Amino acid sequence: MEELDVEPAITNIPAASDGKHLGFAWGPGDILAYETLYMAPGCSFIHEVRKDEDIYSPILRKLFNESHHIFVGLQTIREDLPSKNKKTQFVSISKNYRSVIRACMEELQQVLQKWPRNMEIRYVSILLAIELIWNLCEVLFIDAAPAGPLLLHLLDWVRLHKGDVDEKAREVLQSESPAEHHDYWDVPGGTQTLTEFDVKWRHWHEEVDRCLQDNSFASNQHLEIICKILVGDEDTLLEHKELLSTWYHFLVTRLLFCHPTVKPTELHYYAQSCMTMFLDLRSVPEPLDSILLAAFEFDIHQVIKDCSIALNNWWFVAHLTDLLDHCKLLQSHNLHFGSNLREFLLLEYASGLFTHHSLWQLAVDYFDNCPEFGHVYLELQIERVPLDTERKALKVLRICEQRQMSEQVRSICKIMAMRALRNNRLGSALSWSIRAKDAAFATLISERFLQDYCARGTFSDLDLIDNLGPAMLLSDRLTFLVKYREFHKLYEENRFSEAAKLLLSLITAKIAPRSFWMTLLTDALPLLEQKEVSHSAHCPYLLLYHLTCLVYGFIVFCYGSSCKVDQLLTSLIKESVCRFAGLGPEGLGTPKV
Amino acid sequence: MESVNAKYVSQKISKTRWRPVSHSSLQQPDIFATGSWDNEDNKISFWSIGNHGSSGMDEGFEGDPQLLCEHKHDGDVLDLQFLDQDRIVTTSSTGAVTIFRHHQNSQTISVSQRWPRVHRYPCDNAPCTGVVCSSPEIVTVGEDGKIIVFRADQEGVIRVIENADSSTIHAVTYLRTTEILTVNSIGQLKLWDLRQQSNSPSQILSLSGDRLPLHCVDRHPNQQHIVATGGQDGMLCVWDVRQGSTPFSLMEAHSAEMWEVHFHPTNPDHLFTCSEDGSLLHWETSTHSDMPSFLQGGRNNSMISRSAMAPAGGNQSLISTWLSGDSSKGRLETTHMLPSQTLSVNSLDVLGQCLVCGTDGEAIFVNRQVPV
Repeated sequence: MEELDVEPAITNIPAASDGKHLGFAWGPGDILAYETLYMAPGCSFIHEVRKDEDIYSPILRKLFNESHHIFVGLQTIREDLPSKNKKTQFVSISKNYRSVIRACMEELQQVLQKWPRNMEIRYVSILLAIELIWNLCEVLFIDAAPAGPLLLHLLDWVRLHKGDVDEKAREVLQSESPAEHHDYWDVPGGTQTLTEFDVKWRHWHEEVDRCLQDNSFASNQHLEIICKILVGDEDTLLEHKELLSTWYHFLVTRLLFCHPTVKPTELHYYAQSCMTMFLDLRSVPEPLDSILLAAFEFDIHQVIKDCSIALNNWWFVAHLTDLLDHCKLLQSHNLHFGSNLREFLLLEYASGLFTHHSLWQLAVDYFDNCPEFGHVYLELQIERVPLDTERKALKVLRICEQRQMSEQVRSICKIMAMRALRNNRLGSALSWSIRAKDAAFATLISERFLQDYCARGTFSDLDLIDNLGPAMLLSDRLTFLVKYREFHKLYEENRFSEAAKLLLSLITAKIAPRSFWMTLLTDALPLLEQKEVSHSAHCPYLLLYHLTCLVYGFIVFCYGSSCKVDQLLTSLIKESVCRFAGLGPEGLGTPKV
Repeated sequence: MESVNAKYVSQKISKTRWRPVSHSSLQQPDIFATGSWDNEDNKISFWSIGNHGSSGMDEGFEGDPQLLCEHKHDGDVLDLQFLDQDRIVTTSSTGAVTIFRHHQNSQTISVSQRWPRVHRYPCDNAPCTGVVCSSPEIVTVGEDGKIIVFRADQEGVIRVIENADSSTIHAVTYLRTTEILTVNSIGQLKLWDLRQQSNSPSQILSLSGDRLPLHCVDRHPNQQHIVATGGQDGMLCVWDVRQGSTPFSLMEAHSAEMWEVHFHPTNPDHLFTCSEDGSLLHWETSTHSDMPSFLQGGRNNSMISRSAMAPAGGNQSLISTWLSGDSSKGRLETTHMLPSQTLSVNSLDVLGQCLVCGTDGEAIFVNRQVPV
């Protein structure tokens, strides 16, 4: 086993009493823990330990749904676009994701204003951190601004997250600083090249420095402090720590005043030193700090790894990694279990979604976009979705059919058909077997109908049997049922010759179940009495011939062949045939069976 | 599509319905109700889009629907209808039928009346799949194949038609005040006359060819013999219940189940359908103005030749353009109303110029400028 990155977290199960042994079993997303018999007797409980509570939060649900929409849109971006267009699109998608996070945060804050003790308060800091990290990743990796614009973007980044602090600082700065400064800040990345700007800036910087050395501002202490800040004097900056509140604010401020043309590759030097300077009171940086530092070092994999450990839910790493993968920023390295990082994270996220009673539908699209294992995961998970109503079953079926998951289709239809059969809803059961094209089940249902008929003498559910249309061809037994009912209808309407023809075809087609042969016989006899039938040229003889074969075969099958039976049977048949055909007993030979 | 925004509501929406506006006023609707499904705790909610007209909002600003109030609902909300201005009837996957009352002053909801477990099997509950009401009468249908008639404010049920259908009945609608239409999972449209005591339908119409389940049905607001249905294969069928036992015209609409079909109540040349494939279509038939309508029916339209020419009334100008609907001849226009790639659109409702729909992506879309 590999070495662990962090110590495993311990979860206490409050309901389990002391001194009991616990056994456990893994589920798709949760663990079931149960008290075992090894210790004291008493009633045992089963505890469900849920790893991921976040998916049950009503506000975060909006995050999942909206980001699903963005995710699906991202997957459809065409590969053949020129990379410049693609980059703009990726940046805009990244901004979309972030705006969804912000919308969630705002709503959370509104809810907390009304109900301050709401459990969801813990999500505020998580969402803030997520948005902070995502924004930085967007600036550094996706937008990948070169030196010059880079600092502007970093400024925006810090401003966005420390809005109120910056207001105060701005006020202070603007009220007392010389007007020249404004000109210098309009342009980087605009009309001037980087070098031109750099030269100008150095010139200005030297001038301010000289002013300080000359003590020109000695009379006004505030102005002096401001000048020191403008030169980037670290000590002065550190003195005003409370205005800066975080080390990365300090970093960007320092860069602004000391190294405005900083290159992306140089960032991590400054980041490391700023963090050390700022955090002198605390020895261990928080997880957020190390994640941001890893981002400044352009170590994408470290960022993703640290986020995966720090956060409870896979949402953030899955979506961010997917976006970075589309930007072709991730080296494809295979993990021990075969798929690449992006697919692994998406699978984890989607599997977590599948355990939710409602969000499982979103997970389907995520599995669709995991080329290696997505299909298999979906096959395993979709069968676990509980099917309480027909409507839900239809939706699940549609998902399976669209992905050619024929085994799952059959299994779901069979479950629904069995349920319908148990509740005596034969029509429903039949419509499910028609959907699955399940001939065996259709046969089963037809048997039920036929049994009902034998028991009661009439058909039930005539509206179904009379109106099946081409679906009756699904199984032989079903066809027989429908045709047999048709035979009865024709008989009732006194259309005897048609009825006889139909009966004949039923017998010749040999689709009647054995149990029905006697019934068919019984039905045939009165037919033969009808003038219409007996007077038509071929029908009665053919009918008789086949009936005879049928009877003979049947009786032999039931009772075995024996002389006595043979004789009895032959004479019986001869007699009836002759009576109907108006012939004498000698007129017929022995039927050949 | 400019005036359509998604509002994410953290629940999968199974039904949305506008609160009816009085016919005399020309007001646009401003309140709608939704029901959720597939949640551990399902809810019915009332929303407002603030269309009071006097707030002076400029045209471009489309406010989100605001939640007015909500109430817990036991089981999935499988169907929902407004009984009157304040009350809605809902049917549940537990087989129960409930009337909720919306108290506008306090913005609360209370249960006004409940019939638990009216749809059931011998040893289990059966989901109640559809309801239609014409105050005070309420008719419901369910997976148990029963049709049940209630009256609001009366305990118990008025009438039960047991075993009305051997398969699941998916939807019900009024044809006339005493006649209802039901559709089932073997592709049949059944007409029931409630004045008669018999337990069998007065007429059965069905699709020819494959008997695929039908999921929704709606009647033309003015011409009561014209009915539209949608089913599992996403085909839109228009029927004339007076003639023939098969649909008058079939149009390919969606690539998956069609969940709801609605004629526009005041402008019936417009029809709306929504489907599992995530699309919502707006169908518009148009009559050519250069040709008198009585000549249109017989000309170059292969569909017409399958059925009788003149309607019972004899006045040919009343032949509905729906019955001569043939999309290939350019007389029928279809437009998609939602951005693509949404999950299934489960429900829609249209009133005046406003359309609301709910999806499995837990979003509600409201469009206030439907071109009708």
